[in-house]
Amino acid sequence: MITFWFAVLVLAWVLYFVLEGFDFGVGMLSFLGRDEHERGAALRTIGPFWDGNEVWLVAAVGVTFAAFPDWYAALMSALYLPMVAILLLLAIRGVALEFRGKHDSPSWRRRADLLLAVSSGGIVLLWGAVLGVLVDGLALGADGEVTGTGLGRSLGPLLSPAAGLGALAALLAAVLLGATFLALRTTGPVRRRARDVARHTGTAGAVTLLLIGIGTGSRLTLAAAAVVFAAGLLARRTREGLSFAAVAAAVAAAVVAVFTAHGDVVLRSTLDPAWSLTRESAAAGPEALRLITVAGVLILPGVLVYQAWSYWVFRRRVASERVAS
Amino acid sequence: MDVLDLTRLQFAVVTIYHYLFVPVSISLASAAAGFQIAWIRTSREKYLHLTKFTGKLLIVTFAVGVVTGLVQEFQFGLGWSAFARFYGDVFGPTLAIEGMLAFFLEATFLALWYFGWDRLPRWLHTATIVVVAVGTLLSAYIILAANSFMQNPVAYALDPVTGRAHLTSFTELLTNEVVLAAFPHTMGGAAMAGGGLLMAIGIWRFKYDRAFLTLSRAGAWMMLLGGAVTAISGDHLGKVMTAVQPMKMAAAEALYETTTSAPFSVFAIGELGHDRPFFSIEIPGLLSFLGTGSFGGTVQGIDDLQAAYVAQYGPGSYVPMIPVAFWTFRLMIGAGVLGMALAAYHLWSSWSFDRRVPLLPEFLQPGRGTPGWLRRFVLIAPLLPAAANTFGWVFTETARQPWLAFGISKVADGISPGLTAAEVIASLAGFTLVYGLLAVAWCRLVVHLSRKPLVPAPEATEEPEPVPAY
Ligand code: HDD
Ligand code: HEM
Ligand code: HEM
Repeated sequence: MITFWFAVLVLAWVLYFVLEGFDFGVGMLSFLGRDEHERGAALRTIGPFWDGNEVWLVAAVGVTFAAFPDWYAALMSALYLPMVAILLLLAIRGVALEFRGKHDSPSWRRRADLLLAVSSGGIVLLWGAVLGVLVDGLALGADGEVTGTGLGRSLGPLLSPAAGLGALAALLAAVLLGATFLALRTTGPVRRRARDVARHTGTAGAVTLLLIGIGTGSRLTLAAAAVVFAAGLLARRTREGLSFAAVAAAVAAAVVAVFTAHGDVVLRSTLDPAWSLTRESAAAGPEALRLITVAGVLILPGVLVYQAWSYWVFRRRVASERVAS
Repeated sequence: MDVLDLTRLQFAVVTIYHYLFVPVSISLASAAAGFQIAWIRTSREKYLHLTKFTGKLLIVTFAVGVVTGLVQEFQFGLGWSAFARFYGDVFGPTLAIEGMLAFFLEATFLALWYFGWDRLPRWLHTATIVVVAVGTLLSAYIILAANSFMQNPVAYALDPVTGRAHLTSFTELLTNEVVLAAFPHTMGGAAMAGGGLLMAIGIWRFKYDRAFLTLSRAGAWMMLLGGAVTAISGDHLGKVMTAVQPMKMAAAEALYETTTSAPFSVFAIGELGHDRPFFSIEIPGLLSFLGTGSFGGTVQGIDDLQAAYVAQYGPGSYVPMIPVAFWTFRLMIGAGVLGMALAAYHLWSSWSFDRRVPLLPEFLQPGRGTPGWLRRFVLIAPLLPAAANTFGWVFTETARQPWLAFGISKVADGISPGLTAAEVIASLAGFTLVYGLLAVAWCRLVVHLSRKPLVPAPEATEEPEPVPAY
């Protein structure tokens, strides 16, 4: 049961990073639209989806809390300030995205576009750093808490090389996801420019992943590097659906690699291996696991079906100038 | 302030902020669904325009609710990791189920509805907004069940080895008598919040655009009916609360001695100490009625309860902040009643009834139109229910002190052990700044949206339909 929930949890985080990854990328790349209308078109590709994507974060955090309360508690409180920063940026981003098109003034829209790009980029860097920290481990004490003084307690871990590399990889991955998604969903000049971006970042992304893969010896990451490289090539050939799928698969593999980096250990203590959190030691009691199993089995398949349906309803390419409602 | 107080302050700030927007989303989702159903049943264009207008307000408010709700989901681990470990088995599944069951529905179907006007058949499109409305009610119910556990822990067992709380029955958690009473009460309050907003916009705009009159009246009805529901359910909630947390009711009246036929002070001047205040207006027996259902009932006093809790739980103070409890309780009721009165007055004065009612003074005659003062001060219509909701929560949560979950663990034991004051100050500053900006943007956008004519000019250009991407 614990393994099953670990798998569900990884799946939720994978879906979150892949799905919201592409809308972060589109948020950063809306500037591929040269004017307000082209930018509007770029953003309308994610308009109907971003909120549903973000709920995967709610689900991932919720499942972490439900199935592995100690993991949730340790992670959130150890990375207090980075998490708060992510939340604040997510707040700015969600509101900028949703408010942008509801006001007619060009300066309002320009400000929203700028906020959106900056916050999307910031979130991606922070999440990447957090994933890097997860691979490295945290200075967990015997009680599962990180100690320290002042702001450095939770900001310190972000200054490690692993965090930096994670941030870089995440940035490239999000740009790639966003570019391939935009290429798939738009027409005209935005589509062309997005394809160019995908081509260029494809190689850079592959190299970064390759470095991480060699550094950590993770085969999944190496595979991801190859897939990203292929995606860049596919983007050149207007195989947009395929290239988006390839990038998505690579991101998924990289996230799985992070979560399984230490086998059974879900959160490594850098002070003493005995203080690391394992799947067993962090797991909730059997009653809670049984409850969420029943709920998950009943609810999640339906969620996947209706989310897929919404992607089907809004499958048309978005041209610039069309107003949403 | 130490870390504990700062963390509590932060929790209060972000939760109260979340709850300014959430009740509006909850009631506007139902209102939009109602308007749309009215439109497809009657085919009257007016309802279509109301649907679209309410929908825009809903989308804008919902976005703020979503991003602030996300913060809530993380809060329990950020500042309250000891609490998260101790109650993880109760809280975690409840939050996870809320997310999987309700939030996915809301987010996905709201987008399908908003962007799907020309993509879905009409009945299916109407169904999507109904699903959104149901989703908001579901999420409210589940989170209230989680909160009710803290007010009145049920369906749990303490693990003999780890000392942690384990859930024994989810159905029992969902049928906690506190949540059964609190749900109608909070939903009535939500109807008032959304109704107040619609009423205010309607009154402000109908001078320029007659179509807004319907909106203002619909909002006033929501406020009035919602108010009736809060009053009736509040009376019931008071009885449940007296049974499960007698200290809260005693604190609400600053009643130190156990009293039969206890009065309720509408207003008081002076210190709320052991001596009765310097001046107060009391309604005899009303507190007993609220708490026990009979004007002659006995309400336990603070001193007796304190002594009983010391005997049961060990030494310490079990008395919450009396002035906060006393005043928030009154302000909640007062703001709500005033809001209802305003709504009733607007309905009456904008009623298309052309005969004079004998004996009534001129300013109370029906159908005499909205007076200038109401238009000028119309902003209080949404502010009153928002204030009532906030006071209600501050009362509920602070008068639960010192308990985190009543009778099992105290607030001071729930905080993240390693957390530093600098971190909380930094995050509190960040939340204050960002939330302030969100509020400004929200207000500007709502004003902008309300300024547009309710009946839009016909669309100028139609573009060719683009091809599917996949
Ligand atoms: C517009 C909003 C509104 C209005 C008009 C009222 N309330 Fe209320 N009240 C709330 C909004 C609210 C709330 C925000 O929804 C609370 C906070 C927690 C809860 O469950 O509901 C609440 C809590 C709350 C509690 C505490 C429950 C607890 O601690 O578990 C009681 C006893 C009452 N209310 C009673 C009343 C009475 C007798 C009212 C008389 C008319 C009343 N309320 C009007
Ligand atoms: C949405 C409406 C809510 C509001 C406005 C609200 C308000 C507050 C306030 C004012 C405090 C501070 C209490 C103090 O300083 O002593 C507080 C604390 C707290 N509330 Fe609530 N609350 C709400 C809902 C909830 C819900 C639904 C939960 C649980 C699921 C919850 C859990 C807590 C916790 C864990 C604390 C910290 C401990 C404490 O200081 O009491 N609250 N809340
Ligand atoms: C402190 C406990 C709370 C937590 C952890 C919490 C969590 C959340 C989260 C994560 C979201 C965003 C969902 C999305 O992404 O779509 C949200 C929105 C929402 N919450 Fe809260 N919430 C809390 C308090 C409350 C209370 C007390 C109510 C109502 C009684 C409520 C009702 C809602 C509703 C209806 C929404 C969706 C509508 C909207 O976004 O405005 N929440 N909440």
